[in-house]
Amino acid sequence: MTASLSLSFATGLYGISFGALALAAGLNTWQAMVLSLLMFTGGSQFAFIGVLATGGTGAAATGSAALLFTRNAIYGAQMNLRVRPSARSTLLAAHVTIDESAGLATLQDSPDQQRTAFWWTGIGVFVCWNAFTFVGTQLGERVDPQAWGLDGAAVAAFVALLWPRIKNRDHAAVAVLGAFVTLMLIPAVPAGVPIILAAAVSAAAGWALASKHESRNAGKAS
Amino acid sequence: MSMWFWVILASVLSLGVKLLGYLLPESLFDNPKVVTMANFVTIGMLAALVVTNAFSTGQGLDVDARLAALVVAVIALVMRAPFLVVIVLGATAAALVRLVC
Repeated sequence: MTASLSLSFATGLYGISFGALALAAGLNTWQAMVLSLLMFTGGSQFAFIGVLATGGTGAAATGSAALLFTRNAIYGAQMNLRVRPSARSTLLAAHVTIDESAGLATLQDSPDQQRTAFWWTGIGVFVCWNAFTFVGTQLGERVDPQAWGLDGAAVAAFVALLWPRIKNRDHAAVAVLGAFVTLMLIPAVPAGVPIILAAAVSAAAGWALASKHESRNAGKAS
Repeated sequence: MSMWFWVILASVLSLGVKLLGYLLPESLFDNPKVVTMANFVTIGMLAALVVTNAFSTGQGLDVDARLAALVVAVIALVMRAPFLVVIVLGATAAALVRLVC
């Protein structure tokens, strides 16, 4: 539980940067708050405002966010087995299914501990994330984004979100692939679209690589 | 279409996708291919967001103060700085370059 609460607080703190950057991207305070209250999945929220900040449309922002939050369905399926929420609490469990709650629950040994870690982290992050998003929006309303380097903060935020996910050479290769595709496409297609296409190319690369491993393993088995 | 429409649509979709994970059979997601694809999409898209936010000017490319933020952020991450410190350093780098140049 201590781990849950400290993770909640630490994660919640990013909410400040989200709130401030959401306003720099052109959203108002209540739109930023609806994203934190209802979308409630940090990476996708950053993607949504990251597309808007660089001139992308609302449709492109929604598409990018959607491509990122599909992984929450995988967490949901895993948590359904571990947490086993009752029919009534399923909606709440689904809502607080995010990287942090699923991640911490997976690290526990017993089903009881998994359930405790999931609920405390999920609800703890929700409370802290929304409180700090609000703090961030108030900051964002008061500062000049360019003079305070908020566009630089956005760049740093995406690097920091990407960094811990690169765990092996394949991951690094996909990151380079995504960056390269985006740089090539930015001058050619409307803003926001390169990000979605980079995600699509990455998905295809993932499919190809997983298929290769699968056939290799099948070859070993036979 | 107003921004409110997209904010609400994206948010409702997000909750819907989370709920799907609980309602659909687990075997659908218990597939290494699906997991690898989901990881790769996340990485590829975050990389795309990095370069877009660092170099794009709408539908063009430019190198400006944001490059300083990118370099400083990478250095901070190599030195294992926490998330919020990385962001503050990134903002400071971009702001300082603008102040000086």
